[in-house]
Amino acid sequence: MTAPILAISRLSVVSTRDRALILRDVSLSVGRGETHGVVGESGAGKSTIGKAVLGMLPRTVRVTGGEIRFQGQDLLTTPQASLRRLISEKIALIPQDPMTALNPSRRIEGQLTDGLRLTRGLDARAARAVALRLLNEVYIREPERVLRSFPHELSGGMRQRVLIAAAFALEPALIIADEPTTALDVTVQKQILRLIRNMQSAHGTAVIFISHDLGVVAQICDFVTLLFGGRVIESGAAAQVVESPGHPYTRALLEACPRYDRPDAGLRPIPQEVIAQLRAEGQAP
Amino acid sequence: MTKAILHRLGMAAITMVGVAVVIFVLLRVAPGDPIAMMISPGASVADVAALRAHYGLDAGLLQQFLVWARDLGRGDLGTSISLHRRVLGLLAERLPATLELAFAALVFAVLLGGLIAVFATLTSQSKIAPVVDTINGLFLAVPDFIWAFLLVLVFGVFAPVLPLSGRIDPSLGVTFATPFYLLESLFALRLRVFLDVSRHMLMPTLALGLPLAAIITRVLKESLREAMVQDYVLLARLKGKSELRLVLEEALRNAVAPTLALTGVQFTFLLGGTVIVERIFSYPGIGNMAIDAVINRDLPLIQGLTLVFGALFILVNMSVDLLVVAANPRLRHG
Amino acid sequence: MVEAVALDLRGEAPGHTRWEFAGACLRDPKVVVGGGFILFLVVLALGAPWLAPKDPLEQDIILGATPPAWLAGAEPGHWLGTDDLGRDVLSRVIYGSRVALTVAFVASALAAALGSMLGLLAGWRRGWTDATISRLVEIWMAFPPVLLSILLVAVVGPGIGSIIGAIAIIDWTRFCRVVRAETMNQASADYVIAARAIGFSQTRILIREILPNVAPVLIALVSLEMGIAVIVEAILSFVGLSVSSDTPTWGGMIAQGRQLLHQGWWILAAPLTMLFLTVLAFNLLGEGLRRALDPVMRR
Repeated sequence: MTAPILAISRLSVVSTRDRALILRDVSLSVGRGETHGVVGESGAGKSTIGKAVLGMLPRTVRVTGGEIRFQGQDLLTTPQASLRRLISEKIALIPQDPMTALNPSRRIEGQLTDGLRLTRGLDARAARAVALRLLNEVYIREPERVLRSFPHELSGGMRQRVLIAAAFALEPALIIADEPTTALDVTVQKQILRLIRNMQSAHGTAVIFISHDLGVVAQICDFVTLLFGGRVIESGAAAQVVESPGHPYTRALLEACPRYDRPDAGLRPIPQEVIAQLRAEGQAP
Repeated sequence: MTKAILHRLGMAAITMVGVAVVIFVLLRVAPGDPIAMMISPGASVADVAALRAHYGLDAGLLQQFLVWARDLGRGDLGTSISLHRRVLGLLAERLPATLELAFAALVFAVLLGGLIAVFATLTSQSKIAPVVDTINGLFLAVPDFIWAFLLVLVFGVFAPVLPLSGRIDPSLGVTFATPFYLLESLFALRLRVFLDVSRHMLMPTLALGLPLAAIITRVLKESLREAMVQDYVLLARLKGKSELRLVLEEALRNAVAPTLALTGVQFTFLLGGTVIVERIFSYPGIGNMAIDAVINRDLPLIQGLTLVFGALFILVNMSVDLLVVAANPRLRHG
Repeated sequence: MVEAVALDLRGEAPGHTRWEFAGACLRDPKVVVGGGFILFLVVLALGAPWLAPKDPLEQDIILGATPPAWLAGAEPGHWLGTDDLGRDVLSRVIYGSRVALTVAFVASALAAALGSMLGLLAGWRRGWTDATISRLVEIWMAFPPVLLSILLVAVVGPGIGSIIGAIAIIDWTRFCRVVRAETMNQASADYVIAARAIGFSQTRILIREILPNVAPVLIALVSLEMGIAVIVEAILSFVGLSVSSDTPTWGGMIAQGRQLLHQGWWILAAPLTMLFLTVLAFNLLGEGLRRALDPVMRR
């Protein structure tokens, strides 16, 4: 079996302000070309995992234990300068909010070709050619016009496509997609999800898909890891977890998803007993 | 877009009229007779009356205003009572000196302020940060008046390397085709002359520019800080851009607009400051002339100067408005 | 019934006790340092006749300009030296603080009063009142302030009254803008809407409800204004338009010092330093007040 692209072992992160545990002993493994969903409620720590991998943890938190091995190298002990270079070449991010992730004062072409020119050393013309190819891949019509445009001239969906194109530009080994569809219309969400899945299999990139929506994750991910309160509750092949969930929380989460085929079924929030059980488990050392 | 410009022009026109009216009335209802200051003792009553009629000061207030407005429409700003020359000519002669000074100060302030703001942003997490902040705060409190004299003390007494007055060394014996000494000597590549004019302009430029630089630093630093925490900067950092390039290529564009508005307002204060700074350094611009004009109650000259200052203020404000729109891509296509 | 409701609402109004303000202010280092220096100046000004070593007007032409005590050629008893007429520089500087502070306090108070009144009106009434006042402010600000002040004083005649008047007439716009903006802010607050609904008179609302909430911003601005007033007075003295030439003023001494630069740099340096420190102190005080009152306001 080939070694995983990313192996997080027993990662623990605390907040320096109130000493709250943000991540507790989290272990996660992503194989080559695998789509791995990380699911949890707000505050469960899923975004923190993404930030930890990208070396973007804010000053208000501190890593207290564990390692993050990317292609065998522990990112937590790599010196800043080489870490920056490694990440810029091999790991990319698809951010959550396409509105704020693009510089409103720069045209798309510049923002799309930044990485290509900086890291691959391409000149303007070569980079532009790659950019056009990428825009085609993400199904943007009139790519030339888009390159000339400013972000505010594009719709939310188009901006997210541009960001997806930018993420795949350098053919990274791993992409972190941080809730990429949360800020989009429901109608656009499905398209974007499918696009990410298609791009991912076309380029063979491993993707960590962070979301609060287990239903969405189940659709496009091979494997899934569920978090609650900074701990891993369950993990495994997506199909299996959805079909026969091991933990009552997972079950409750699945049942809480609104079902469009049963509009009268109503919403079912997570039952109190499950929460109590989770809390009890959390108390255990 | 054009509608907005026309609206602003309209407002500017109203303001100018207001300025003209205020100064006109103020000068005439105030005590102090310019004629009395001009005549030699022993002049007959008839002479005084004749002089008064010559300058049109014997007519009623409204009539005087209408006459002045009519002449203004023809481009005639009257004759200076104290200097006995046409006001328009005097203004044309001296305005360029002030403009050169003001713009030199502006360029200096933008460069210095910009540099320090970028430096402060890059070192914002380091230990020097509070020091930079304190020094900035100190500079913010010092007005051009005090800078001027500090410079006079330093370069006039303790390290006398700069000339303390005038615009050019008279012993150089140069003549100019235009009243723009600095620009002309630069373009004509008369470098020794250029250097001499620059040396004369150095201290007044610093005196005017340092307060503006301090403000630009403060505002730009704040705007840059706001821009640097945005998601697009984060993303660019992940792609491997250095901090310096992040500040210059990503953050700066978005920080310029809010800085521009305040810089424009402060620049109008700088223009006002030329009055006293020119006096301190005996620099032959309109500011210096203005003080004498006021002391001598030279009505036509004061009115002309006020119009010029008013027009400059309005021009600066309008330019800033336009630049703000130009700097923001969203507003451009709006 | 209405009274009871009014009392209830009064409790809702975001008023802050004076003690909260005072406490916050005194804890801020900038306020302490800046305010401390100003206090020191006040002491100097009030106690000038007793604190100044010599009579500021007493001339000794034979003596001429002598340097300060720590330099060679100094005359004993004249700590900061003498000017070309043999007058003691230190005493003149101390007496100069009287004019400076008088102008600072009175002129800024007047400018604040005038500006706030018009600002309240403009922010409250909106419509034509606001348009007229705002236009007036714009026209006013199109005049270079220094020139306008010189003009006003030249026209009315020199003297401390005209200087104070000139500063107030020129700088009220600064207060007007700020108060107008703050009034517009406050006018849409719940407690104001409630007060109007009950039928409180506009004047009452303006003075009893809005003004106290505008006050903290004003106080900081007044301190800044005092620094500006001191500078304007110095500029007017420099140009020769201040109080009579007998009374020592810092600006007058600076003008003199500029003339006599090569005879005695201390004649310029002493008043310049005092002016510099005074402006710094007022600025520091204003900054400190603004920063100290801000979090209190936000609650």
